Amino acid sequence: MGATVISNEHALDGGPGPLGATYGKLMMWFFILSDALTFSGFLASYGFSRFKYIETWPIADEVFNHFPFAHGVNAPMYYVALMTFILIFSSVTMVLAVDAGHHMKKNKVAVYMALTIVGGFIFLGSQAWEWKNFIKGEYGAVETKGGSILQFVKKGADGEYERVALADFALTLPEDREQLNRNNGFWFMSEATIPSHSINEVVQGFKADESILVRTEIITAEKEKTVLSREESLKRLAETKYVVEGANLVRNEYGSKLFANFFFFITGFHGFHVFTGVMINIIIFFNILLGTYEKRKSYEMVEKVGLYWHFVDLVWVFVFTFFYLV
Amino acid sequence: MAQAHESHTGRIWKVFIILSIITIVEVLFGIFKPKSLYFNNFMGMTLLNWLFIILTIVKAYYITWAFMHMEGENKWLRRSVVWTVVFLILYLCFIILIEGAYVFDIYKTGHIKWNF
Repeated sequence: MGATVISNEHALDGGPGPLGATYGKLMMWFFILSDALTFSGFLASYGFSRFKYIETWPIADEVFNHFPFAHGVNAPMYYVALMTFILIFSSVTMVLAVDAGHHMKKNKVAVYMALTIVGGFIFLGSQAWEWKNFIKGEYGAVETKGGSILQFVKKGADGEYERVALADFALTLPEDREQLNRNNGFWFMSEATIPSHSINEVVQGFKADESILVRTEIITAEKEKTVLSREESLKRLAETKYVVEGANLVRNEYGSKLFANFFFFITGFHGFHVFTGVMINIIIFFNILLGTYEKRKSYEMVEKVGLYWHFVDLVWVFVFTFFYLV
Repeated sequence: MAQAHESHTGRIWKVFIILSIITIVEVLFGIFKPKSLYFNNFMGMTLLNWLFIILTIVKAYYITWAFMHMEGENKWLRRSVVWTVVFLILYLCFIILIEGAYVFDIYKTGHIKWNF
């Protein structure tokens, strides 16, 4: 009887596994594979809704047009492009860390790893700022009984229509209602934040200012949103129900309700990946400082978190395309 | 594991420059939106969108091959990861996007009014 001899030589270093890679690296690849399919599911369902509402979907350039310290400037794309650069650059420092690891240069690996972590934090901060703008909203809109969003425009000096914020024309009528909070009125009852203007204030303000028109969600052949005439505008305003300011998971001032939902879920899920990536990077960073990999004579752990970090960058490249460009 | 440990820094910076240039090109196209690309369709999508998607795939190729070092991996490791993702995603997009366009048609031509 021939006994099966099991060698324990590689019990702790994970290798060599099949396909010429260590088990750890192999499993990281297959984790990435499954995660990639999760993100594809998200992005494909975004595509589904895009095609389903192809005539009414919000135009990304009009929604994401903020840039820090440039108030009121229409700057589509620049900010997300900047975020893309931050993430690509932190990918570069990561791959430089892996490269230094191959040469067992502990200090170099540590420095590049630290830079990668800083890049990750900057990206997370940028995303938080993006979310803040999205949630806060800029102009406000009203929602009809049928669930469509009406926005307000005015002819600018150059003959083009420009957006008008509710605060610019809504009247202040003596009809203020107190916000119901858990600590006043009925005990333990509260309600969603009351918008800063009521429907009546918006409609009366609209009637008082002749220059303002309603803009619907419908996209014209020129790929712009439809602007209604004064009479049509008044007709549409007669059937409005809510004042919408900013965005949440129920309704948003940009248009299709799914638009905000996908924004929160896809960029949120990606941001969560970046956050976990930064946390794992920090753990690996301390292990480098402690000399763990020096003792192990292999910096493969850096390579494995590197794979994850690059994957996060890879996903952002796709989110950038499908959310902001397409 | 078997790869030689020579330094790749030159290639890393080259790939960084390629990725940056592609991103800048994408942003420029996104801002100026040339009419010939923006108003012409191919298979239900504007030429501009096709351009963005192709450039994105080029970027994905460089990130996976150079940064994630897929080019140095075993041939079948590479194929088992890349082929799985590529074919499943193509199938998913094919089936879901066609369904989305179909639902749009149903809403457009149907008798039930929605989102009015």
